[in-house]
Amino acid sequence: MKDHAALADIFNRDEERVSWHDDTLWFVREKRDKVSKDIEDWEQLRNAASQIKDNVLSALDRYLIQFEKNALKNGVIVHWAADALEHNRIVLSLLKKAEVKSMVKSKSMLTEECHLNEFLIENGIEVIDTDLGERIVQLANEAPSHIVLPCIHKKKEEIGEIFHEFLGTPKGLSDPQQLTEAARQDLREKFLTRKAALTGVNFAIAETGEFVVCTNEGNADMGAHLADIHIASMGFEKIIPERKHLGVFLRLLARSATGQPITTYSSHFKRPLKNKEIHIVIVDNGRTIQLGREDFRNSLKCIRCGACMNTCPVYRRSGGHSYHTAIAGPIGSILAPNLDMEKYKDLPFASTLCGSCTNVCPVKIDIHQQLYKWRQVIVQSGYTDTSKTIAMKGMAFTLSSSRIFDFAGKSMRLTLKYIPFAINNQLNPWYKNREMPEVPKESFKKWYHQNRKNGN
Amino acid sequence: MAIDSREIILKGILEHKPKSITTLPDLNFSKGSGEGLHKFIASASFNGSKVYRISGLTELRKYVRENFSSSDKILTTIAALNDIAKQAEFSEQDDPHDLEDVDLTILKAQLGVAENGALWLTEELLGHRVLPFITQHLILILNENEIVSSMNDAYQKIGDQDYNYGVFISGPSKTADIEQSLVIGAHGARSLGIFMMQEN
Repeated sequence: MKDHAALADIFNRDEERVSWHDDTLWFVREKRDKVSKDIEDWEQLRNAASQIKDNVLSALDRYLIQFEKNALKNGVIVHWAADALEHNRIVLSLLKKAEVKSMVKSKSMLTEECHLNEFLIENGIEVIDTDLGERIVQLANEAPSHIVLPCIHKKKEEIGEIFHEFLGTPKGLSDPQQLTEAARQDLREKFLTRKAALTGVNFAIAETGEFVVCTNEGNADMGAHLADIHIASMGFEKIIPERKHLGVFLRLLARSATGQPITTYSSHFKRPLKNKEIHIVIVDNGRTIQLGREDFRNSLKCIRCGACMNTCPVYRRSGGHSYHTAIAGPIGSILAPNLDMEKYKDLPFASTLCGSCTNVCPVKIDIHQQLYKWRQVIVQSGYTDTSKTIAMKGMAFTLSSSRIFDFAGKSMRLTLKYIPFAINNQLNPWYKNREMPEVPKESFKKWYHQNRKNGN
Repeated sequence: MAIDSREIILKGILEHKPKSITTLPDLNFSKGSGEGLHKFIASASFNGSKVYRISGLTELRKYVRENFSSSDKILTTIAALNDIAKQAEFSEQDDPHDLEDVDLTILKAQLGVAENGALWLTEELLGHRVLPFITQHLILILNENEIVSSMNDAYQKIGDQDYNYGVFISGPSKTADIEQSLVIGAHGARSLGIFMMQEN
């Protein structure tokens, strides 16, 4: 399987698109900066959000029990899933019981993590993603490349092609307004005829047993209110203690995500409609293990705003698909190795450790520190590339003796002077997009001996 | 399906969670901006809502008559507006799918939030939960003295209010999923008009 660097290479073949992707995400980052500065107490808000989430992690079992008790009292049915497969089986059994063959689904990164769509399709159930971006990538048979902007890697002309093929829009149509209208018409029919809807959960409130879903499009509500059965899937870290804490998180979420002061809809689901069902599936899928990793546990504070992706110089220039996991970017790179360290050993290295992700994170996760720590865990666990291991061992050998170091320095100077092509070639990754430095005449040691050591 | 996943998860959390409890923060750091009304109008307009300040429902009636043709397709939960709209009343037998051709819905919001132009509504104000979403256009009426400065203040006001369903609506439905171009009118209402009733 290709790693991040190899997949990023593929993305980088189209330079114009990379620049566009880079600029577009940076534009979203700038919008975030602007609206965050409209709020006087922004930093206090981030501190409060971080502290609330720390509190949640330190009493998570208690809050989950409290949430379950209140949700049950509200007439909501609660399910627990230890892993992705159990989550998928619960959803399937609910759909089978309701005799449903087709379901509408609004955005839920958890279901991406669990590969629910594939599982349901294998079991004969049609899933219709209703978020516009997700619908587009679903029709294109691709995964979302960004948790908030799922088809940010696609150009409008490509979307026009997809709609022409699947929705029958005129060939060559690429106007976002007209394409969106076509999707609206097509999905309205789906909303009106499907009997089951699945949504994600942005926040679940222990105190009241209600949960909140945020969208701009209104697709979660269109699905949930028209269906007989509403299934809400949540990772167990989505719990917050009290309703009033929404006042902190709803102020941060959309500002951090897209630079909006709030999403268009923030829907609070507490009790089902008469004769309708609401089911909540509380999912672990590796979260308990992450909770036990002291250095990485606070990655569970994430509210999935995507700010760390928009600001990341590597993400912006390598694209979401290069991360080969449901949640891309810096946060995904500290979540994924917990699930499968060998498979995702490349991700903590897909970073410059510049720290911009940490600076914009609304819940103050120390993302770049964790990327650095994961690198150490991965190396200690023996998951490094052979070439890197050999290079590091060679380096350690060279630096271990001044005699060998002097010899290596001299050889390098002679090589660069007389046979530069031995270094400046495509086999040397350092030569990619870089010129090797000009060769100094002598080593620093020699220069120092001649110029400084004798009294000057 | 493992019957004891609940126990396994809770036990795992108990074993793996931090050993000491972090206390919850004090939320009283938020200072209100003071100028609630003007900030609300600015925020709502930024979100793509159209804001009108009115002294009575007569002006709203005039607006609706001028902009919407058939009163058959206009629903409201406000009794005083039965001359321009049908009452949105639902029984268990009614099928919400019949609402698909509603053109305009007029509802009353409980409160507005100055910092983000959002309006809070609970189920009893909606007629049916899907109505503010399925309708092509939405008008919300808000008393000017029901504006709070921030979300923090909004939740203080909501307090432990019991509702089956509640929603903050901050504008027309929208998306920027295609190349980050803002398009108004995704799956929900294509427009939001906010009619602000001035204090007398």
